[in-house]
Amino acid sequence: MASPLLQVKDLATHFVSARGTRVVRAVNEVSFELDSGETLGIVGESGSGKTTLALSLLRLLPPAARIVSGEILFEGEDLLKKSDVEMRRIRGKRIAMILQDPMASLNPLFTIGDQVAEPIRVHEHAKRANAWSRARDLLKAVRISAPETRVNEYPHQMSGGMRQRIVGAIAISCEPGLLIADEPTTSLDVTIQAQYLRLLRDLQRTHHLAMIFITHNLGIVAKMCDYVAVMYAGRIVELGPVRRIFNAPAHPYTEALLASIPRLTDPSQRLTAIEGQPPDLAAPPPGCAFHPRCPKMIPRCREEDPPGFSEADRHTARCWLQGPQ
Amino acid sequence: MSTNGPLLEARDLTKLFPVKRGLFNKAQDMVRAVDGISFTISPGQTFGLVGESGCGKTTTAKLVLLLEQPTGGDIRFQGQDLQTLDGGGLRDYRRSVQAVFQDPFASLNPRMRVRAIIVEPLVTNEKLDGGEVKRRVQRLLELVGLPDRSADLFPHEFSGGQRQRIAIARALALSPKLVVLDEPVSALDVSIRAQILNLLRDLQAQLGLSYLFIAHDLAAVAHMSHTIAVMYLGKIVETGDAETIAKTPKHPYTQALFSAALPTHPDEQREEIILPGEVPSPLRPPTGCRFHPRCPQVMPRCSAEEPRLLSVDGRLAACHLYDQKS
Repeated sequence: MASPLLQVKDLATHFVSARGTRVVRAVNEVSFELDSGETLGIVGESGSGKTTLALSLLRLLPPAARIVSGEILFEGEDLLKKSDVEMRRIRGKRIAMILQDPMASLNPLFTIGDQVAEPIRVHEHAKRANAWSRARDLLKAVRISAPETRVNEYPHQMSGGMRQRIVGAIAISCEPGLLIADEPTTSLDVTIQAQYLRLLRDLQRTHHLAMIFITHNLGIVAKMCDYVAVMYAGRIVELGPVRRIFNAPAHPYTEALLASIPRLTDPSQRLTAIEGQPPDLAAPPPGCAFHPRCPKMIPRCREEDPPGFSEADRHTARCWLQGPQ
Repeated sequence: MSTNGPLLEARDLTKLFPVKRGLFNKAQDMVRAVDGISFTISPGQTFGLVGESGCGKTTTAKLVLLLEQPTGGDIRFQGQDLQTLDGGGLRDYRRSVQAVFQDPFASLNPRMRVRAIIVEPLVTNEKLDGGEVKRRVQRLLELVGLPDRSADLFPHEFSGGQRQRIAIARALALSPKLVVLDEPVSALDVSIRAQILNLLRDLQAQLGLSYLFIAHDLAAVAHMSHTIAVMYLGKIVETGDAETIAKTPKHPYTQALFSAALPTHPDEQREEIILPGEVPSPLRPPTGCRFHPRCPQVMPRCSAEEPRLLSVDGRLAACHLYDQKS
């Protein structure tokens, strides 16, 4: 069997304070794999480590963060063993990323054409005229009307939805194998979000992309993803096929999250709230990090952190209740 | 004062913002932010306003809170026209209508202790002695589910959800009749949202509060509201019982909005209606029905004639599809 496109093994990223006295384990013991054409959703609350995980994959971490262990095998090669120069050739070419705020990811001083053409010129050393004509095609592909005139305009002349589509055009400009989208639709309106999600799915089909969707919204996972990884306090507490997890969540946190979303189909039902607050990662509770909020806590949870128990094919959960009794 | 009538009634409410340009700051254009909307809020009930950014829902909230003066139309509170109220009457109105905003990090003064934050409306509006103030703070904190000792802490010592509880306690300090909730859970984490929504529902049952609930999350609005109104470019396009509209939306915009709402389960199959284009500028709204340039069921009549709100299957919808008269 050929190895998958992306294979993450036991990845840990820690933030260390200047004197080394405080360590925040933002990402811990994270393992998953992803193949071409598949979509993985990473869900979690703020501070659960989902963005740090995405930045670790691209090695774009802030100076205080260190990848302390693990392997990131992409197309068979360990990204953690690459030099900075080699990494630069991978970012934007083989792995692309879409960030939450399109206004912050576009440069206000350059035209749209310059910015869409830039990765083509940098990575493929294309001539300006060539790159610009590719840029016009890309704008057409992300359904920007009148791309011939839009290439000469600036980001402030576009609406939020158009800006985010332009960021999408930049991301696919070099035909990457993997696209990481970090909360790509959070700043968009509902109907614009629907347009954008449809666009991403079409792009994925035509380019046979692997996609990682980072979101706090389980609705996006239900709509877009094949697999889902639920993160809590820096760990993936449950990982598996979307349908299986929505039908039969194995981890109490996943179960509680699913019960806490209001449903259009049954609006009058009372929501099941998760009591308490997410833990402080600098001083996580002993044992399973979820145990202070867990409705199914057993004494063992307070002492020992559960390992990942395999539920079924590609479905694992870190919970003592799933382990052999 | 009527007791059975609506708590608040808005009729033909309109707010225009002049756009000033040029040398003498002459008003050149008008943004029609809210354009002739009518709605009622009943005692003890929740009225939900849904729509995308720029549809006028926050302006409506500001008009209700008297943070903006309407250009046209009127608001009646317990039968009294707000325009006719004198100073004392307005003060009473402002005490009866309170607000909770989206961002609990911005709406709480970081240099005040929680006690001072909650007490501020009491102190400015009522003459109370120290013991009474202390008891009231305790009761308010208990009401929103915060421990007593929170009173001596500063806002930064709380998480987002707890801060929103403090903002709710402050809004309740004057025992209001109506609370305007402008995106009260949008800034909160998923696991915390349900806590706050449940708290708001419990408080409503306990205190008989009315809510004006504004959010872009359709499921949350449908969950919280008794009646809802869907706004598009300053107009109400559909309004009625929340469950009726959520289950069988009639206006093409409402249908698109609900079809764009994210599913709660991967097997939840919904007809996908993807609207072309974006919301047009409210400076020059389209002629006729404002939704016609994006409407999947547009007819020639739609660009010429503006549809009125008509009764369709137990709710009001403004769409020519349901106007059989002509």
